[in-house]
Amino acid sequence: MREVAAQFERPVLLFSGGKDSILMVHLARKAFHPARVPFLLVHIDTGHNFPETLEFRDRLVADTGAKLHVGSVQASIDAGRVKEEDGPNPSRNGLQTVTLLDTLAELKADVALGGGRRDEEKARAKERFFSHRDRFGQWDPKNQRPEVWNLFNGRRNPGEHFRAFPLSNWTEMDVWQYIADEGIEMPSLYFSHRRNVVERDGVLLAESEHNRLLPGEEWEERTVRFRTIGDATCTGATESTASTLDEIIAEVAAARQTERGGRSDDRRSEAAMEDRKKQGYF
Amino acid sequence: MDLLRFSTAGSVDDGKSTLIGRLLYDTKSIFEDQLEAVEDASNRRGEGYVNLALLTDGLRAEREQNITIDVAYRYFATPRRKFIIADTPGHIQYTRNMVTGASTAELAIILIDARNGVLTQSKRHGFLSSLLGIPHIVVAVNKMDLVDWSEERYDEIAAEYSDFARKLGVDDLTFIPISALLGDNVVDESANMPWYHGSTLLHHLEHVNVGAHRNLVDFRFPVQYVIRPDQDYRGYAGRVASGAVRPGEQILVLPSRKSTTVASVDTFDGPLDEATAGDSVAITTTDELDISRGDMIVRPLNLPTADTEIDATICWTSEQPMEPNTQYWLRQTTRETKAFINRVLYRIDVDTLHRDEVKQFELNDIGRVHITTAKPIFFDRYDLNRETGSFVLIDPHSNATVAAGMIRSSVRTVDDLPEADTEEELRPVSPDVVWESWNIDLPAREARTGHRAAVVWFTGLSGSGKSSIARGLERRLFEAGAQTMLLDGDQVRHGINGDLGFTPEDRTENIRRIGELAALFFRSGSIVLCTFVSPFRADRERARGLIPDGRFVEVFVDTPLEECERRDAKGLYARARRGEIAHMTGISSPYEAPESPEIRLETVGRDVDDVIAELLVRLRDLGVVK
Repeated sequence: MREVAAQFERPVLLFSGGKDSILMVHLARKAFHPARVPFLLVHIDTGHNFPETLEFRDRLVADTGAKLHVGSVQASIDAGRVKEEDGPNPSRNGLQTVTLLDTLAELKADVALGGGRRDEEKARAKERFFSHRDRFGQWDPKNQRPEVWNLFNGRRNPGEHFRAFPLSNWTEMDVWQYIADEGIEMPSLYFSHRRNVVERDGVLLAESEHNRLLPGEEWEERTVRFRTIGDATCTGATESTASTLDEIIAEVAAARQTERGGRSDDRRSEAAMEDRKKQGYF
Repeated sequence: MDLLRFSTAGSVDDGKSTLIGRLLYDTKSIFEDQLEAVEDASNRRGEGYVNLALLTDGLRAEREQNITIDVAYRYFATPRRKFIIADTPGHIQYTRNMVTGASTAELAIILIDARNGVLTQSKRHGFLSSLLGIPHIVVAVNKMDLVDWSEERYDEIAAEYSDFARKLGVDDLTFIPISALLGDNVVDESANMPWYHGSTLLHHLEHVNVGAHRNLVDFRFPVQYVIRPDQDYRGYAGRVASGAVRPGEQILVLPSRKSTTVASVDTFDGPLDEATAGDSVAITTTDELDISRGDMIVRPLNLPTADTEIDATICWTSEQPMEPNTQYWLRQTTRETKAFINRVLYRIDVDTLHRDEVKQFELNDIGRVHITTAKPIFFDRYDLNRETGSFVLIDPHSNATVAAGMIRSSVRTVDDLPEADTEEELRPVSPDVVWESWNIDLPAREARTGHRAAVVWFTGLSGSGKSSIARGLERRLFEAGAQTMLLDGDQVRHGINGDLGFTPEDRTENIRRIGELAALFFRSGSIVLCTFVSPFRADRERARGLIPDGRFVEVFVDTPLEECERRDAKGLYARARRGEIAHMTGISSPYEAPESPEIRLETVGRDVDDVIAELLVRLRDLGVVK
């Protein structure tokens, strides 16, 4: 994080409201203490948030004294930059790429810090800490800068920018253990609660104004928690009774599903993530 | 819990991805959804088993080509340790990725297919691993199931690779016979190889000593960022590269050379009593000094080298070839400066370890260069300090990282004797004597002679034709203007070795002295021809060890005993048969033929001139003569 602050002029930290981005804010506070976090927080708002996420976000921003900028997918749709998907759970995941790139351009950001980890998904396993993006925000997995030792090359030409992934080498387990060790507060969505969900293609989707039932489906109340928090239309819940950090860690240790296994967007095709990344997705 | 980072390297079909898949699978690090996806994919591809390799082959392009093309990182943990795998490809065009993966690794797994044995690629991986200073190397001899779990085959491979690794100076080399496909000796012990009594691969990974290579002595703190929330606080943030620091200690700041005292070592969680290598902290000082990013904080009595002229080994990582007059950015620790590549000394052929003379490097080339920087950099030798001895070069136009470099020394003080370390180990030294640099270095002498210096070592039975060939060769070289020297058995046994007989001990001492003599003549810039029976492999290897890689050529004059005995120019065989000579090689004393000589010559039924002509061609191919 210090390396990002030192090598770039207009760094932003992408804040999704998920545990990884909350952890990132915590790490940034540690890295620059006693100074303030030198990154602008940017939230790309799909408009399909869980209300708990927004509440938590605003409280965290108030606590850290950081500045927040919200990029709205709805605004991109209204401006005709992107077109909404049809169907029972129209995902705005693909759409947020455009909003993200527009927002970064508007802010003239030269680097965006993200909480991506290499253990999440196969295509991410090849990401660099400092990941170069061309003028169109695209990632070229075959033409990455080699990252040797701890030497990070953030040199760029005008118009180009970087994504930086300080958590690259962390695993989901590392994240939870660190959260527990440091006593970092997490949104209630991560802990077990009762909620109306519907099971579709093996994924438990939560009841919300954005998820519609298909014929023959019904909402049913179950005891669940979320392993990742993103767009409400594509983030699946898991049945769980883990209501404390220790219980979550025990659950993660015993888990036989990846956390992204609950993400219906990754399931769309075997190389779905790689395609989205090439276009500029995180 | 501690953490081991290791790299894996293997050729395309050595089963590397399968091994990683196996490690992940058997340590229960694979999730159901991943496994299902792999099962599906295996079925679609019509494979009769669950192809564990599909777990790790990430990108689509490589799935199509059936090979891994980039560095991929994998994570798993056992109750004892956490692991990060840098999975790097094995084929030549991706050497740069291997360098990337190996640069942060503490252990390298080199996979060898038991059916194919030691291939050039296996050697290349070993060479790169040792070049990057990886302290532990594990050679996993894979596919043991396909060689009927043969102990003999395993021993053969282990012996061959050990011989090679000795040249590289690998400290810790471990061999493990495995079957990644079936899981033998990966996580669980093999029931199929009761003859193997060592650890399983995972057990080894869990118990190998980590962090041992960290430099805990020399305090180096490259300043990364200055934290300055207000007028009252100024913290110099960074990670301790090596050594340790405590409040109250005297420190010196480079390049200003101003000294001061550490006031505090701060973190978010409060001040520390001590920060050691790897800790990220902020240092405050008692005096207000002007310190900024790229400066280095050290102790006044333990200084790194500060210089603008460096001697380094670099790996070229860009598709754009090196350009001699380009100003690159050189980034080392947190410091950045403009730099020129002044001189390309040589490129190392990673397959043969030979040194090629080239003008510039292209993608995946590795070799030695001299670099001049605009501002001084503060460094230690890479083998002493990975953190301060490493750097990258960045193209000023594309901003691509074009080279990864390891500093050998400052150019000003270097003696062009890369094998100095091994020499000292191998050679006896008189008491109270310190090695002094050569007055005139080898490149200067070679510039004068107009050719490269080399040692051509002829070995073979008495009467095999060594001397005749060497004499003819020397005459040809001499007439072409080369500076040559021929050392022959009968000559050195008059005078310098006149006190030695023919017992095995005396033969060993004989060759030791000749090796030293050859090394001295080599240093004078000569092409040294040595013709000695030199029956013992170890003695010849020792002579080889005194000469830089690629400059020692072993020529095995392979004439069968019957033919030598038939020729018997000196009547020695006849005398030996009568029992008049005690230790006659081939009769009453063994001859250990070279296993992989640079050149093997057959002489039966051939004219000497014909053999010499062949030898000249071969020497030309090896780059020894022009």
